Amino acid sequence: MTTKPVVAHSEAAVYVYEAPLRLWHWINALSITLLAITGWFIASPLPSVSGEAIDNYVMGYMRFVHFAAAYIFAVGFLFRIYWAFAGNHHARQIFLPAIFDKDWWGGVWHELKWYAFLVKEPRKYIGHNPMATLFMHLMLVWGSVFLIITGFALYGEGTGMDSWQYALFSSWVIPLFGQSQDVHTWHHLGMWYIVIFVIIHVYVAIREDIMSRQSMISTMVSGWRMFKDARDVEDKP
Amino acid sequence: MIETFYDVMRRQGITRRSFLKYCSLTAAAMGLGPAFAPKIAHAMETKPRIPVLWLHGLECTCCSESFIRSAHPLAKDVILSMISLDYDTLIMAAAGHQAESIIDEIIEKYKGNYILACEGNPGLDEGKTGGMSCIVGGKPYTEQLRRVAKDAKAIISWGSCASWGCVQAARPNPTGATPIHKVPDIGDAPIIKVPGCPPIAEVMTGVVTYMLTFDRLPSLDRQGRPLMFYSQRIHDKCYRRSHFDAGQFVEKFDDEGARKGYCLYKMGCKGPTTYNACSTIRWNGGLSFPIQAGHPCIGCSEDGFWDKGGFYDRLTSIDQFGIESNADDVGLAAVAAVGVGVAAHAAASAVKRAQQKGDQE
Repeated sequence: MTTKPVVAHSEAAVYVYEAPLRLWHWINALSITLLAITGWFIASPLPSVSGEAIDNYVMGYMRFVHFAAAYIFAVGFLFRIYWAFAGNHHARQIFLPAIFDKDWWGGVWHELKWYAFLVKEPRKYIGHNPMATLFMHLMLVWGSVFLIITGFALYGEGTGMDSWQYALFSSWVIPLFGQSQDVHTWHHLGMWYIVIFVIIHVYVAIREDIMSRQSMISTMVSGWRMFKDARDVEDKP
Repeated sequence: MIETFYDVMRRQGITRRSFLKYCSLTAAAMGLGPAFAPKIAHAMETKPRIPVLWLHGLECTCCSESFIRSAHPLAKDVILSMISLDYDTLIMAAAGHQAESIIDEIIEKYKGNYILACEGNPGLDEGKTGGMSCIVGGKPYTEQLRRVAKDAKAIISWGSCASWGCVQAARPNPTGATPIHKVPDIGDAPIIKVPGCPPIAEVMTGVVTYMLTFDRLPSLDRQGRPLMFYSQRIHDKCYRRSHFDAGQFVEKFDDEGARKGYCLYKMGCKGPTTYNACSTIRWNGGLSFPIQAGHPCIGCSEDGFWDKGGFYDRLTSIDQFGIESNADDVGLAAVAAVGVGVAAHAAASAVKRAQQKGDQE
């Protein structure tokens, strides 16, 4: 009834996500997928294989993929932190939610109402909307930090007490949790935390692409944000 | 006045040849090079015996049972004579006030120069026991422990009881059993943890020999365990490790994999999370160890191993979410809930959008 019919219009697209950031996004997505799958099969291995031990290396490869993907994930995360400084201001968003800005919280609230079907229209953003920023900050950024630290702590147990992984991570993480088993348990919970992030992230990306006032999925492919109406955006740079 | 180790050994009828063999074997057992055998011999010939007061708190004496079975050629006979084991309620002949007076005598005579070996821990919950639990010679063990610890050169926490708390400190810990390093007013003496339930006999004698020979503590990890025996996990040196890497597991006890000696990971083996020397030194004179006998490691040398869920589960139970749940159960439930939520929300969004489209037309 009150929804305005979308009128044909043209509007300049905004270049939001630079190429390195997009590349990081998709590499990160791939490494998380590999990490979750191999992590699951390290904890709950596939059915036992027969034959001689020397002819098989199932767990060995499983762990190799996990460790290789983990290094890519960790190095990617370090790069992402670097890019928060080197990239455009959109690259800083998920690291620095504007939690001291009242208007920003108003944006979170509005977005919550949009998801609860209480408002007719979401606000229009060039970058992330405030709730997306908060969600990515809490789940992806801190989830990654937690998984990288506990992951390296567990890895350092295998590389031994004279390794840098042990010195930098295991030496304080293992005593912090009490013992190795609890670190494993928390690392598992961390995996589920990220899996939940992925489910919601993918869902809202698709939903926003369809229902919000700007492009979503294609933006993470091409870097260009496109808009469906010509009215003002909320986050003027 | 004080005999050297060597004097004692010779007095006990041990030949010099056997003595030197013992020195080389000890050097080898501690992972030291051949050059250390003469150093050990020299130390033993010149250093006086150090008095050891071995106190028993809340425990089951399995540490002592293990210790006296040290199958190292001479350990059983010699270590007990080598250290001047002046007080040990389990194996000393003296009894009553005479026995108790030894403690005062040693503290006075060797102030700051004797070793306190703790087997078991004190119950500190005075609310329930009135502070009168584990009475030794009419006084609570806690008092005896604090008094002896105050002037000790070093404290050895034998076993998981003294190191972590073990079964008596498992939830709900009715007596307030507290590991030695967490006892208030325990003093400043360095504490070496030798966890295990019990610790391996050769590990116990090895730690004592190291301390006597080099007159210093062995290097410890951040949790206070001697690196020479606790720097690697059971899993790292397990003879079944190749089956783990190959992906060959025992799926249930008595299956084909169990008969073939496959990895016990799926049976809940705690080898990958347990720091101990079982897979290298083994037990009963190197005869076997739990995994070799076909049973998964239960992680008895790790902190709080009684409270981490079943011995046959690899993940700690998370009891807050109901009995017997673990990280994966909680995670799967959360993912399912989120998945259902997302699906419902997607459906609602689709309906809303359909309505809006209708409006536009």
